[in-house]
Amino acid sequence: MTGLGEAFAAAWALVIGFDSGLAGIVLLSLQVSLSAALIATLIGLPLGAAIAVERFPGRQVLIVLLNALMGLPPVVVGLLIYLLLSRAGPLGSIGILFTPQAMVIAQTVLIVPIIAALSRQTIEDAWREYSEQLHSLGARRLSAAMTLIWDTRFSLLTIVLAGFGRAAAEVGAVMIVGGNIDGVTRVMTTTIALETSKGDLPLALGLGIVLISLVIVLNALAAVIREVAQRRYG
Amino acid sequence: MALSRSRVITAAIVAFTLLGLQGAAFAQQNFITVASTTSTEQSGLFKHLLPVYEKKTGTQVRVVALGTGQALDMGRRGDADVVFVHDKVAEEKFVADGFGVRRFEVMYNDFVLVGPKADPAKIAGSKDITDAYKKIAAAGAPFASRGDKSGTHAAELRLWKDAGVDPNTGKGTWYRETGSGMGPTLNTASAMNAYSFTDRGTWLSFRNRGDLVIVVEGDQKLFNQYGVMLVNPAKHLHVKKDLGQAFVDWLISPEGQQSIAAYKIGADQLFFPNAKR
Repeated sequence: MTGLGEAFAAAWALVIGFDSGLAGIVLLSLQVSLSAALIATLIGLPLGAAIAVERFPGRQVLIVLLNALMGLPPVVVGLLIYLLLSRAGPLGSIGILFTPQAMVIAQTVLIVPIIAALSRQTIEDAWREYSEQLHSLGARRLSAAMTLIWDTRFSLLTIVLAGFGRAAAEVGAVMIVGGNIDGVTRVMTTTIALETSKGDLPLALGLGIVLISLVIVLNALAAVIREVAQRRYG
Repeated sequence: MALSRSRVITAAIVAFTLLGLQGAAFAQQNFITVASTTSTEQSGLFKHLLPVYEKKTGTQVRVVALGTGQALDMGRRGDADVVFVHDKVAEEKFVADGFGVRRFEVMYNDFVLVGPKADPAKIAGSKDITDAYKKIAAAGAPFASRGDKSGTHAAELRLWKDAGVDPNTGKGTWYRETGSGMGPTLNTASAMNAYSFTDRGTWLSFRNRGDLVIVVEGDQKLFNQYGVMLVNPAKHLHVKKDLGQAFVDWLISPEGQQSIAAYKIGADQLFFPNAKR
């Protein structure tokens, strides 16, 4: 169990020492995963809401598909985006392989299904409950969807956080499309993988503790936002 | 008031996210991408070399560290400007196929066989690697192999061939392929007290050794040559041939060679420059 003690000591030393290299890595991690969560929300939320309130052929199939895609293996997404963005691939001419943008794209693809599938479920449940009222008010589907999104916003915030958590925690996709380049595309999870490779297990676990702490801080921040807004709007 | 505070926090997160990312992406214009091996990255060589080069030329060198097989493949796809690896046979094929311009030898180090102190195959101190391999197979002692088509894996497989042993017959019992990089393979070997074949650089910088020690070293067959080459700009038009070739030229220049020789962990020199000029 000395390993665990050393890991906490290493984590503490990392926080106290405030190494600028580590700060850059932490910053990039947050930027990439927050961007991915933001973009995935802009895509996934309307998609989920549309599926929740619309009725169309193939809807059930689409729902099953979305639910299944929540389990997309990051390494598969990474490979897919890598092959698309590689110079030999269809989008190679853009030249963004091994950049933070490529990492944002990969994580976005990874979490759009999570945000779409979960918000579809949440909004559809609310739709079942309120559809008669909304109909009687003469609300069209679009405005009904907007109302339901607003009504369920606190549940939806949790869904976005789940998406962010998934993005911040994955290593398979960013390792492949980012390449773990020092100072350019190295993020927390790929650093942890690298330190594990070097056999510096306490440092790797220490970095892991720092990562988890960060995610906790971010979630606490979200909780504050929710609390404040809830008090304001009841 | 309360709502505006939560809005401010939200807006701050959004701004930090998007603006910051733009800054990170466009901060540096002059860069090349180098596909290299886990051994050069994980041994710390690049952390020692690249700041020297970047300070001198202003060119940022972005290293993607993979197994040699994957690194060459990255070059073939045009995703790197320069390839810096260690599998002479595969490198010469890469150049012969027209993917590389010209291969330059840069430096060498050597491979070592590490194993548990208990030494179940009774080979410690030997200088004959093929004999050691035969004894490991005969004893059925656990052996952790990369199994990832890297330069080290290729070298390991050539030695099995020299020893006249087909390690595939030991799969499921003593021969264990991890299918991963050198570090993870050493972690595995350390955890199950297995023998493993590694480059000396990675071994020297590896921290989680457990009971493992070097058991065989110094055989001529353990020589490990590194080569560097520019990806052929005729195949991939976007290859930064001037910046890329400048890096290659620097590595084999007296200054680059001295920098390589100066990299040490403790008293141990990790790589020995041997560029032919």
